[in-house]
Amino acid sequence: MAETFEIEIATPERSLVRGQALRAQIPGKQGYLGILPDHAPLIGELGIGVLTFASPGGGKYCLAVHGGYVEVLDNHVRVLADVAEYGSEIDVTRAERALQARESELINVSEGADPASALAAVLRAQARIEAAQKAARAAE
Amino acid sequence: MPSLIDLRRRIRSVKNTQQITKAMKMVSTARLRRAQDMVMSARPYAKLLSRILQNVAAAARDDEAAASNPLLAQRAENRILILVLTGDRGLAGAFNSSVVKTVQKFIADHPGAHVELELMGRKGRDFFRKRWPNVAGEYSTLFLRTVKLDEALAIARKAIGRFEAAEVDAVYLIGNEFKSIASQIVATTRLLPVEVPLIDERIDYIYEEPPAQLLESLLPRYVESSVYQAMLESSASEHACRMRAMDAASSNAADVIEKYTMTLNRVRQASITKEIIEIVSGAAALE
Repeated sequence: MAETFEIEIATPERSLVRGQALRAQIPGKQGYLGILPDHAPLIGELGIGVLTFASPGGGKYCLAVHGGYVEVLDNHVRVLADVAEYGSEIDVTRAERALQARESELINVSEGADPASALAAVLRAQARIEAAQKAARAAE
Repeated sequence: MPSLIDLRRRIRSVKNTQQITKAMKMVSTARLRRAQDMVMSARPYAKLLSRILQNVAAAARDDEAAASNPLLAQRAENRILILVLTGDRGLAGAFNSSVVKTVQKFIADHPGAHVELELMGRKGRDFFRKRWPNVAGEYSTLFLRTVKLDEALAIARKAIGRFEAAEVDAVYLIGNEFKSIASQIVATTRLLPVEVPLIDERIDYIYEEPPAQLLESLLPRYVESSVYQAMLESSASEHACRMRAMDAASSNAADVIEKYTMTLNRVRQASITKEIIEIVSGAAALE
């Protein structure tokens, strides 16, 4: 029985994480997935949300992610996100302003605009703020 | 015998050229480092993506819905679209011309096919605009700065759209692959229909979504990632080629300067000797 598993998080532009983890929480398309060592093989799509994982050193990492895939195989978690950011890198005040802007866009959806993509934009903005707050709490 | 003033002018001109090539070499070195970092940091994603694609394709092998995915459709290659990756700037050794040559050879090798070109990079555009009638699209500013993901996505989506609509039967990509600073080779790869690398072992995954549906969203992403990766590699290769070309030019300029300086000194010495002879023989005539 393994104590830890390997976790890799990459976006098309860069690789963000490559290391060991004790447990991870990953936003799947149909809700959050909790991953512990020796998880069964799994492939799924990534949703919008906050990915958190705990490293053996006691660190806790929070990332805002959306879109992409997750694969779990042989104690190796691979996350391919369209976009991923460390919570600690997110500017909360700016993110909140962006959320307000997205929300007002969602309320007054203009003619021809896609309400689903406006909703996704709001969810992304919320996930970024949540990631930033969680990261701040973990750092305390 | 060239005159002294001419030689001095020549040397000054070569020195100016050498300054330019030296500066260009340094700029290329700096930009190469950045481009190389971008290639390296994009590789894990591409590698992971192709792994996941392999596994999903293996799982969906017996699935009819997956097999009929439009991006896997094999058709007779009558209409071919080539994405041609060149640079926007010249003075990079054989970088642009080797791509152009490979494309011309490809066209010559497919005499029956209707070949369309999507020209990425100003140099390729300038060459084929006058020589090839079927240009599907041209871009001349992709590589002036660092490669942008959304530009790669737009080009990939355009190609995917045309393939899905059966406007073209195959999409190829011709461009430089970055092996190392010292070696770049021109590679021809088929983007569409997607060739899924098959593996024998089948892993029993838990699927959050049905494999066919996963495959449907994975395949376009795989193509997009391939285009982005190819653009990054081409950009890194361009800088590496230019760096080597400019290094060769600088050392060549140094050789030329040395040669001219030698001649200059010889000419100067000859004229001094001549003057002394004249003075000495003039004095001798007075005695």
